[in-house]
Amino acid sequence: MTDGETQMTSPEEPKAPGDEEETRPAHADEVATVAAAAASAASTEAAMLANPLRDPRDKRLPRVAGPCVLVLFGVTGDLAKRKLLPAIYDLGNRGLLPPGFSLVGFARRDWAAQDFAQLTHDAIKEHARTPFREEVWKQLREGIHFVPGEFSDDGAFDALAMTLKEIDETRGTGGNYAFYLSVPPKFFPLVVEQLKRTNLANAPEGAWRRVVIEKPFGHDLQSAQELNTITSAVFPESSVFRIDHYLGKETVQNIMALRFANNLFEPIWNRGYVDHVQITMAEDIGIGGRAGYYDGIGAARDVIQNHLLQLLALVAMDDPTSFEANSLRREKEKVLKAVRLPHDLGLGTARGRYTSGWQGGEPVVGYLDEDGIPADSITETYAAIKLEIANRRWAGVPFYLRTGKRLGRRVTEVAVVFQRAPHLPFSTDDTEILGQNALVIRVQPDEGITVRFGSKVPGTAMEVRDVSMDFAYGESFMESSPEAYERLLLDVLIGDPPLFPHQREVDLSWQILDPIEHFWASQGRPEGYPAGTWGPASADAMMARDGRVWRRL
Amino acid sequence: MASFMLSGTTASKISSQLTHLRHQMGAPAIGMVLTLVVVCDESNQYDAVRAATEAAREHPSRILVAIARDPAEAIRLDAELRIGESTPGEVILLRLYGELTRHAESVVSPLLLPDTPVVAWWPGECTDRPAKDPIGLLTQRRITDARSADDPVKAIVGRARGYHPGDTDLAWTRLTPWRSLLAAAFDQPVGEVERGVVEAVPDNPSAPLLAAWLSDRLGAPVEVAESGGPGLTAVRLSTADGEIKVTRSDARLATLTRPGQPDRRVALARRPTSELLAEELRRLDPDELYETAIRHLARGVTAPQAARR
Ligand SMILES: NC(=O)c1ccc[n+]([C@@H]2O[C@H](COP(=O)([O-])OP(=O)(O)OC[C@H]3O[C@@H](n4cnc5c(N)ncnc54)[C@H](OP(=O)(O)O)[C@@H]3O)[C@@H](O)[C@H]2O)c1
Repeated sequence: MTDGETQMTSPEEPKAPGDEEETRPAHADEVATVAAAAASAASTEAAMLANPLRDPRDKRLPRVAGPCVLVLFGVTGDLAKRKLLPAIYDLGNRGLLPPGFSLVGFARRDWAAQDFAQLTHDAIKEHARTPFREEVWKQLREGIHFVPGEFSDDGAFDALAMTLKEIDETRGTGGNYAFYLSVPPKFFPLVVEQLKRTNLANAPEGAWRRVVIEKPFGHDLQSAQELNTITSAVFPESSVFRIDHYLGKETVQNIMALRFANNLFEPIWNRGYVDHVQITMAEDIGIGGRAGYYDGIGAARDVIQNHLLQLLALVAMDDPTSFEANSLRREKEKVLKAVRLPHDLGLGTARGRYTSGWQGGEPVVGYLDEDGIPADSITETYAAIKLEIANRRWAGVPFYLRTGKRLGRRVTEVAVVFQRAPHLPFSTDDTEILGQNALVIRVQPDEGITVRFGSKVPGTAMEVRDVSMDFAYGESFMESSPEAYERLLLDVLIGDPPLFPHQREVDLSWQILDPIEHFWASQGRPEGYPAGTWGPASADAMMARDGRVWRRL
Repeated sequence: MASFMLSGTTASKISSQLTHLRHQMGAPAIGMVLTLVVVCDESNQYDAVRAATEAAREHPSRILVAIARDPAEAIRLDAELRIGESTPGEVILLRLYGELTRHAESVVSPLLLPDTPVVAWWPGECTDRPAKDPIGLLTQRRITDARSADDPVKAIVGRARGYHPGDTDLAWTRLTPWRSLLAAAFDQPVGEVERGVVEAVPDNPSAPLLAAWLSDRLGAPVEVAESGGPGLTAVRLSTADGEIKVTRSDARLATLTRPGQPDRRVALARRPTSELLAEELRRLDPDELYETAIRHLARGVTAPQAARR
């Protein structure tokens, strides 16, 4: 693959696709970021060192955040009720919330604190992972506050500032606030502006202020950067926590353990042994009630830009010098920068849209018949792309990424498919049904690792066939292994950033996706695929041209 | 749950029966991460197996339960094998009769999972030197429980004498939430602690251990005082600025008080044995902090150690 066509540009200088040259090695803000991180690390460390009851060897004591307040915008939303409030409770139940921890809800409801407490209580009862315990609820309940208002209402934010001040006094939270924007992205500017106006974004000496934002981080490079301009004008990069909940999953973190804690895999983790890599996130559900969000966005922006490219980065990166945020992000950025698009986007990508069909024994409607989807929509619900990574480790090894809604079943996995043995001292008949060795990291559900290799079929003939060896990571502790949001919320409160993508990674991912979206926009309607199947024919054809097939999942 | 009884058997028969049962259930290979040997008697067997099975949800294990029966009977080994969907691992109850009661290791040893850690747990009485015990010799980690000794406080004070890296006691594990809360209280600057007191029901082995840990870390004398319980009820630490205290009267919800700050309530519930065990199995390296605490305890709680790390 030559570089000319789809050369990636560096994040600070976005260029139109087709532009040449990549010449900016140093990141302007990097020095500042490193310095800030060092400063914050130093202060945490200093506090730890000063605490006579802490000892690095004391691994029983969990990491607990200092006293703080979590301000949640959008408490009535789906995400808040299903994930965030339950995760806060679960953290409390595991003893990971600091004494005095307080939760402030903000919504346009004429509510008192007790109404918000009721909503929290119901959300916990319905969705929490750990059993309900009265004493944990009491602890949480004591710290629950509510501020009613619209985002445009200055008075409401003044009231919020007052409430927070009061909480500092009554609960000893020391001016440490995390603002979680669980609201549609179009309100980010408004909320962030209000936080600035009320001076809530500005941490006084010895305290911290953090802002948490949810995907989508824009819908292309330009909008992502606009969004970032808004947040970074108010919060320093080190205070911005972007949630990609995939990175909070145990199995995703286990990719790093698998690769860098073992000596078994890394020697073959390169072009010398790997034939290609398939990264899949398949959903069996349709778009549900989220037409307004989904239409115009589509599968690639919704999933590939964040989750799949993050998975690609973790699978393909070189070993970081440490698991500290800067080193980890640096390696991920390096590999994202090395990503190259196919020459011919028509041949190296595929997109589709589900039509009516049968999904797991139920008839379901096609995308165009979903509520709120315009008849002339050209949004894809399935996307597959072929990427290469131009570096010494991966040159010539294609990475196939695919995602879709209404596919056969719900599964997310990374499959590293190895080359065939260079020589088989068996007759061709004997190895006819022998496939390629594969190492599969199953991200969800049924978390674990599968290794596929050839084995002799018992009997007098030397017939060799594929078998799977399984490591079931979640087999027994599925319910008890923490939710991604628990881990991520805890990291926000502690101020530990490695599992949150940096703006540079966001920019780089959009640079990869933008040319593809641009191309697709000119291609009219996506190809149909019946709901419950594995995507459009063009996706299979794309693999067939390379002499490969998608894994049957 | 498939259960299978073998009477008058041997380790190798048990082993092949296990393989057979596994195949029958269609799951010949399972990802067990360790072997847990539970050494107990018939009276505490039920609760111990229950807790171990619960803990195995987090740490899929082969659980070998060695139950000593009447040493006066003829030598015999009875086994009960339990494999099932409800339990991620395998439970094997071994009932030892006659002289075999003194050679449990000869049955346990061939049944250990190869090349994975071995942990022993004595839910009841145990020897003074777990690491020198024939079963203890097979293990990396040995878990005792001073609470079930006749004199729990004497038992925990005596642990230092028989200590070997890899030993811990559940009296220490029970303290983790307390220690965690106290450590969190010290994350904000606190003046020099002058002295302290830990209050608990008499005979609670965790109380002197907590006092020893605090005394060691803070370099101040920390005493144990009796209270009406349940369990640990309070930790009070005096500083120049006033008293930092954690009080808990209902074994569930604690109150943290610091000078110049509002009181805060924190959930601090006692945990079931299964959770204690799961915490133990999470780390298989020696617990140096435990060692420091029991050594400090053995030297006498009220004698503070000036040097601190
Ligand atoms: N749901 C998920 O699984 C998921 C997954 C990944 C990312 N996200 C992201 O997470 C964020 C929240 O998602 P969601 O699904 O919870 O969204 P949602 O259900 O639409 O909730 C949005 C929240 O914002 C509030 N809101 C909207 N307009 C408002 C206004 N003008 N003034 C005050 N409040 C307003 C809503 O309050 P009302 O009840 O008053 O309308 C509601 O609480 C979004 O950024 C989304 O992209 C969600």
